[in-house]
Amino acid sequence: MNADTVILILVATITAGVPLIFAALGELVVEKSGVLNLGVEGMMIVGAISGFMVAAESGQLWLGVLAGAGAGMLMALIFAFITLTLMANQVATGLALTIFGIGLSAYMGQAYSSVALEGIKSLHIPLLSDLPVLGQLLFSYDPLVYLALLLFPLLVWFLYHSRGGLVLRAIGESPTSAHALGYSVIRIRYQAVLFGGAMAGIGGAYLSLAYTPLWAEGMTAGRGWIALALVVFATWRPGRVLLGAFLFGGVTIAQFHVQGLGVDIPSQFLSMLPYLATIAVLVLISRNAKTIRLNAPASLGQAFHREVH
Amino acid sequence: MLFKLQPRPQPSQRMVWLSPLLAIALMLLVGMVIFTLLGQSPLKAFHAFFIEPINDMYGLGELLIKASPLALIALGLSVGFRANVWNIGAEGQLTIGAIAAGGVALWFYESESIWVLPLMLMAGALGGMLWAAIPALLRTRFHTSEILVSLMLVYVAQLLLSWLVHGPWRDPDGFGFPQSRQFTESALLPVMLEGTRTHAGIWLTLIALVMVFVFMRWSVVAFQMRVAGLAPRAADYAGFNAKRTIWIGLLTGGAAAGIAGMNEIAGPIGQLSMPLSPGYGFAAIIVAFVGRLHPIGILLASLLMALLYLGGESAQMQLALPAAVSGVFQGLLLFFLLATDVLIHFRLTPTWRSKA
Repeated sequence: MNADTVILILVATITAGVPLIFAALGELVVEKSGVLNLGVEGMMIVGAISGFMVAAESGQLWLGVLAGAGAGMLMALIFAFITLTLMANQVATGLALTIFGIGLSAYMGQAYSSVALEGIKSLHIPLLSDLPVLGQLLFSYDPLVYLALLLFPLLVWFLYHSRGGLVLRAIGESPTSAHALGYSVIRIRYQAVLFGGAMAGIGGAYLSLAYTPLWAEGMTAGRGWIALALVVFATWRPGRVLLGAFLFGGVTIAQFHVQGLGVDIPSQFLSMLPYLATIAVLVLISRNAKTIRLNAPASLGQAFHREVH
Repeated sequence: MLFKLQPRPQPSQRMVWLSPLLAIALMLLVGMVIFTLLGQSPLKAFHAFFIEPINDMYGLGELLIKASPLALIALGLSVGFRANVWNIGAEGQLTIGAIAAGGVALWFYESESIWVLPLMLMAGALGGMLWAAIPALLRTRFHTSEILVSLMLVYVAQLLLSWLVHGPWRDPDGFGFPQSRQFTESALLPVMLEGTRTHAGIWLTLIALVMVFVFMRWSVVAFQMRVAGLAPRAADYAGFNAKRTIWIGLLTGGAAAGIAGMNEIAGPIGQLSMPLSPGYGFAAIIVAFVGRLHPIGILLASLLMALLYLGGESAQMQLALPAAVSGVFQGLLLFFLLATDVLIHFRLTPTWRSKA
């Protein structure tokens, strides 16, 4: 393997990790507020088709990204209304959101499976992009990659260095106390869930507009579920989410290169790798029961009603 | 806000059974609105969706063929769901069950032994259980979330099937299509009703129904599992075996899904092919909930969900609507059920009255 191939693999790893970064960082905020939304896969895929449709109809790729975010938020709104206002079981509602999203996206995308799109192009930064090696490694991406990487420090700042983030985390740890202090638990949880929806939607739109600019039924292929697993794997810490996303990007890319190396393994077994890796890291991180119990937001998955608590 | 939710002192038993009916009514209502928005006559669409598919014997047979795997899987899952064991990977367990049973059928290709079918049934059940045992083992041994593990294994199972039907098990005379040989007579379930495709798998579902009913109604283990679901700490304190709950919960679902997979390939499909099921494993989750995790409720809910599948196909042929519209309806149904369930524990009170 020569240096060029290594660079290519690294670059591909970064882009493969980007949809996971969006979806997993979004879900991280949701879970920090004490809400478990298992509908990430559904929000992602509806974001993917909505973004693709709007981009194909309007010719504006950026409008597509916005549409993806909007569609993800609408999906999240359904979830929020049922679990936060009507206090339904979050696990069941999240599952319903995913089933609904997969059906809805297949329905919406019926006419778009043979449409070709140009796709979001990588940004050419004068001088920097032309640098040898570094230019390709660091400055050869499309704008959404930089957006994902910018999202990370912003989120760290919000969660750990702003008042809003403190309130959000407090609600996730003890909604009753936060409520007693006068914070509106339900309103803030709504905001968190909607943010998570927008991020999952952008992650989906990244897939259909930049990563592989086309629409195919079920194209998210479990990435929403992997994003959920990443949040657990990261023990609810943004830095580890980022690391985990690139790790999975690497596993996804590895399957294409192993065959290139002349190893004779059926492609189906290589495609299993991301899913098997997800199971492996989940086992690693949860084998000590305390790791999860100490790190998970204390109220995760529980409904809140001010007159019951 | 015009209304406010007031906690009920006691959960309403009436609402437990009324809310699924309310959810179905709401789904139909919203369905009408959607069809109108799509420029279809709502009555014509309703007819195409809910009447047309079952207005003859053949249609009723098709309804049973689709309801049978849904009910069977949902019955198995309900045992776990009652104990808060979330097996959502039934689709994968169905696939592995089908692979195991299909392997038996191909091994005994052209055999005329009457033991082929029973052997396939056992292989199917064991295959499904094996696939469900992975999340059970990881949950009990390493505290790993059974939700994520069972779901990830769906993709692994489908890739395994894809490899088999593209590779070693591909029909040598199949023009390269990704499918196995057609099973021979001895590996196919007999047809039960003349003029339909309804196969003997229906009986297996009915037997499962009775078994789950008896288990839930009269066994101590089921009671302990239910307590574990409602109040894990109380169950701990009473010394109920938490690990056993997880194992039973997952294995029952796995066995049911595996048998459903065997029924599909030995019944309507008659070979291993891709895809095996139109998402029965996921739709069965909805069936379990809409049926209130109760065997009789599940039976009724499976008929409704089967009708939604058939309605989708019929709407595709008659109204040129994509069949995916059934998935939308199935999702809506579960949303409405979860939403109306709030009325079990809460009362809707108009705010203008309470203020006066």
